[in-house]
Amino acid sequence: MANPLLQFNDKGIYCAAGDFYIDPWKPVDFAVITHAHSDHARGGHKHYLSHHLSRGVLKYRLGEIQLETAGYDEAIYRNGVRISFHPAGHIIGSAQVRVEHKGAVWVVSGDYKTEDDGISVPFEPVKCHTFISECTFGMPVYKWKPPQEVHDDINIWWKRNSEEGRATFIAGYSLGKAQRILQHLDQSIGKVFLHGVIANTHEALESDGIRLPPASRLTPDTNREEVRKGIIICPPSAIGSPWMRKVQPFSFGYCSGWMTLRGARRRMAADRGFVLSDHADWSGLIKAIDATQCECVCLTHGYTASFVRYLRERGYNAHEAHTYYGEEDEPAELVHETGQPADIFLTAESGGNNPDRVLKGEDIQAGDQTGRPAL
Amino acid sequence: MKDFASLFAALDETNKTNEKVRVLKEYFISVSDEDKIHTLALFTGRKPKRQINSSLVKLWAIEMANIPQWLFEESYQVVGDLGETIALLLPETTGRQDRSLGEWIAEINNLNTLTEEERKQWLQQSWSVMDQQERFVFNKILTGSFRVGVSQNLIIKALSEISGLEQSTLTHRIMGNWDPLTFSFYDLLQEKDASDDISRPYPFCLAYAIQETSDQSKTAEEMEEALGDPGNWQAEWKWDGIRAQAIHRDGNIFIWTRGEDLATGKFPELHPFLSALPEGTVLDGEAICFENGKPMPFNVLQTRIGRKNLTKKILAESPMAFIAYDCLEFAGDDIRSMPLRHRRQMLERLHEHSAFQDTFRLSPIVPFESWQQLYDLRLRARENQAEGFMLKKKDSVYQTGRKRGDWWKWKIDPLSVDAVMIYAQKGHGRRADLYTDYTFAVWDGDKLVAFAKAYSGLTDQEIKQVDNYVKRNTLEKFGPVRTVTPALVFEIGFEGINRSSRHKSGVALRFPRILRWRHDKKIEDADTIDTLRAML
Repeated sequence: MANPLLQFNDKGIYCAAGDFYIDPWKPVDFAVITHAHSDHARGGHKHYLSHHLSRGVLKYRLGEIQLETAGYDEAIYRNGVRISFHPAGHIIGSAQVRVEHKGAVWVVSGDYKTEDDGISVPFEPVKCHTFISECTFGMPVYKWKPPQEVHDDINIWWKRNSEEGRATFIAGYSLGKAQRILQHLDQSIGKVFLHGVIANTHEALESDGIRLPPASRLTPDTNREEVRKGIIICPPSAIGSPWMRKVQPFSFGYCSGWMTLRGARRRMAADRGFVLSDHADWSGLIKAIDATQCECVCLTHGYTASFVRYLRERGYNAHEAHTYYGEEDEPAELVHETGQPADIFLTAESGGNNPDRVLKGEDIQAGDQTGRPAL
Repeated sequence: MKDFASLFAALDETNKTNEKVRVLKEYFISVSDEDKIHTLALFTGRKPKRQINSSLVKLWAIEMANIPQWLFEESYQVVGDLGETIALLLPETTGRQDRSLGEWIAEINNLNTLTEEERKQWLQQSWSVMDQQERFVFNKILTGSFRVGVSQNLIIKALSEISGLEQSTLTHRIMGNWDPLTFSFYDLLQEKDASDDISRPYPFCLAYAIQETSDQSKTAEEMEEALGDPGNWQAEWKWDGIRAQAIHRDGNIFIWTRGEDLATGKFPELHPFLSALPEGTVLDGEAICFENGKPMPFNVLQTRIGRKNLTKKILAESPMAFIAYDCLEFAGDDIRSMPLRHRRQMLERLHEHSAFQDTFRLSPIVPFESWQQLYDLRLRARENQAEGFMLKKKDSVYQTGRKRGDWWKWKIDPLSVDAVMIYAQKGHGRRADLYTDYTFAVWDGDKLVAFAKAYSGLTDQEIKQVDNYVKRNTLEKFGPVRTVTPALVFEIGFEGINRSSRHKSGVALRFPRILRWRHDKKIEDADTIDTLRAML
């Protein structure tokens, strides 16, 4: 029997026929990248292939890399193996990778969601023989509400905070969730401010021609009154930091699919938990898998064991795969930094430089030069 | 019910005390008196009687959610709460309901007149008209597992601000044996106490810990600095029994435990001394197993408490006594506002006249001249079957609840061993969907033998790391339990150790918990079963 077209080895998902990897977690010669999140796009590979719209962020996060990009549905050949990107609807520039060789078609989903978020090209099912899928939220307790309802809730909450004189912090991953939140904010309520890491990410996206609604970087010079009436979009790592606590009083909300569970909401201890995810929910996963008309499913991360069992009961040839994906999706817990507070309202003499401030995973990988939010 | 469901959501959504109190006040002002008293009952642990057992509730939910049973069970492992799991799994609501909390509770209470089939219809019909949050609180009420993330103090604070009554007065009034069907909100807020509940206990006075953990041990000098002149303090051994209030009023006796359980029937040995006390007497003390003039280890009491029927054998193996340390009511008068030294005199007088000094014992006052002397004595607490010392200011009143300053507990440092984590299981509530419940083992030759489970002691950050380890190093799955590659070493602390025939290791620990994660140790460095046996 011929080797399978794609195999899981200790470096990532490997295509022997084409000699390339998809989203490898260890350095390789040729890496095809589904999207720019840190658990899928790691540093140290010799060549990268990604979608056009991942270019700016990949360069921002990984520095100078040798990067080739392609559009959706555009065929790229390596050693006669046909590679193409297809919309995954997860974040801007996210793609499923379709690999075809000698009549066999495999698709690697990367991360995906099935609903239209208004900023990334919506998910398109791709027919294949084997589908390598994520299942981050592969349990039936995860059912998303229509996103518009969540965005309405966010705006209502922001409006009330603004009227009652509280600043509003809303936390979500800097790449993906932050743009999605921004896209649906009702800017008649107040101004939108961005944490430095997110502002940098936006500059990177804009370098690829993405146009985002207006929002300004939060700096020590930002007008206090406007901040109090406004909303500040920040990464999860900023929650509970001195940076945030300096803006009193405030209310903070957290956007994540994990906010479905009361236990996770209580752990996060946010004033508001908004169930807003860039991953497919239970029924989204099942619909997506059914639509590929595949025979075989490999599950890379999430509730893989339960989901495999469920798919088998539905007649699929389903398997679990061991990968290193999913880290970016861990709900970030409160971070209490020590050291000098990085006050967004610091005056010159009180000293705003604090290069020792420790940031968590996402932000470190975001490659911020100073390792702290740009003030 | 809508108001109640949104109250619950609003309380969940904020961590700010003032905001919680504001939300509670808003709620109490806006709902009917009937709903107010039902809410108060639920928030103080007075749940309606369970009319449908949870396995039926589960079965009917699985049917309605149309998923395989194993998937329901695994969902429950993720969510960590049955009521919430059901609320999340049921299909979208098809209607709406406007019944009040009181009306729903009345329906629940009337379920005993229905057949099983009718109950099922009623339940599925009820679910179908509720939204997710309503289903959640309804399930909690129905399955008798209603617990709320808001302390009784906050509710008291809100009610006090609404009514103008003192918080301590309200705390006292909501104690005891009341039922929302007979006790009204109007009664609660009367200027003069309208209750005729003769069983009603006083709120327990609680102590703060001198040191929360063993690495924060206080020296004699530090004690001197914090508490001042030893002459102002009364020291007693801290007994390892069940805190209890013993009441004799109008020819009736009542024994309440600290958890506000009426446990009179659990302690028949204590009835004669209590009945012989003058009417209008309330004592605070410790219910404890006592033999040959000495307290017995806590596990003897624990075994007894777990039993439904007190057989002759149990009574013979675990004889009870009451170690009294305070008198709260004397000759029908509430004397909590008198200084401790006076209350102690009254207590001693009652004891002196008692003909049952075997079962009615006084907690002896431990004399000490200096903090150094007490410090040295404390190191020998285990020889006295005590957990350390209680320190009470001689001129203090009997406070309501936990107030800083007058009462302190100064516990001995726990015993400890280094152990290897071998199994993990997901937690509940705030720890849902995280591996937080661990089983630990020590070496027995070249094998690891499990000896304790512990759930607490790690920070959120550490829990996350251990959770990640468990997910990546699972050897086998047995239902919700995972066997993991032994690699992580933790220092496990415990208050006591006893022989046990029920455990493979042959020992049972009292209150085991994680003291710290020993990153510096390899599994070979963990302790052996002999270390544990030597502590017996």
